[in-house]
Amino acid sequence: MKKITLSILFLSTVFALAAQPESQESIMRSSGKIYVVVGIIAIIFILIAIYLFRLDRKISDLENKNK
Amino acid sequence: MGRIPNVWYKVLAVLLVSYVLIYGLLINIPTDVGILDETIRNLFYHVPMWFGMMLILLAAWINSIIYLNKPSVKRDVYATELTNVGILMGFCGLFTGMFWAYNTWGTPWTADPKLNGVAAGMTMYGGYWLIGRSIADNEKRARISAVFNVFIFPLFIALIYVMPKLSKFSIHPASGDTVNFKTYNNADNKQLMEVVFYPAVIGWTLLFVWIAELRTRLSLIKIQKKNEENHSKHIIS
Repeated sequence: MKKITLSILFLSTVFALAAQPESQESIMRSSGKIYVVVGIIAIIFILIAIYLFRLDRKISDLENKNK
Repeated sequence: MGRIPNVWYKVLAVLLVSYVLIYGLLINIPTDVGILDETIRNLFYHVPMWFGMMLILLAAWINSIIYLNKPSVKRDVYATELTNVGILMGFCGLFTGMFWAYNTWGTPWTADPKLNGVAAGMTMYGGYWLIGRSIADNEKRARISAVFNVFIFPLFIALIYVMPKLSKFSIHPASGDTVNFKTYNNADNKQLMEVVFYPAVIGWTLLFVWIAELRTRLSLIKIQKKNEENHSKHIIS
């Protein structure tokens, strides 16, 4: 499950990047360095998401124990 | 390890927020937005906090009404935790708004109808938070909280949404005499901000609903544990 989720996530990243039209460069992309920032934000958010999924599972375990 | 309930909305939340974080920074934005410039991208981060907050507080309000019709521990916990997360989203919106204001208006706070409304509205939810912590009898607390919530949500929406819209002057976008982002959907702006904005509202809201769900489940486990302890005490004595 986690692997599928992760691969979908990374795929969505690729699609979002590929969707960029080449013409009309905005100031954000003119030096090409904004991609570094975007990559770092993506990594942080993916780690937060994995953390939340694990937390969710731990709570599920507690619920099962209490039943 | 246990299974994750309702996993699909959680995956959807992560996908949508990833898309918003990435594409929100890369999309071509309109160039005619005045002093906002590139900060118009905050539309994908600051604004969904308020939209999501309103949706989550609406869900809490509905749960409070259901609780008053037919009291149950579950509905009380739903209402409480949804409100808590709604307030968290409100603070996210408030602090991002102050930071944005400081960098465009030059001050983090001004006497604008939108900001005044939020200050008054958030105080009411501060009152809700206090009630939740000041009444020892749990059933009494749940009932008073629910009644209070039923009253404050419509007032809150009036204060932060309706009144600013009706006011004559405002510097906050989409309030009073100011325009909202749709004004900039002109012909030469081929990429519309909607393609990020609406997914942002859905994604951020689902992400915070997820946090509310986790809090709810923990709360229910705690209540169950407490009941079991009380029960075993009775057996011993």
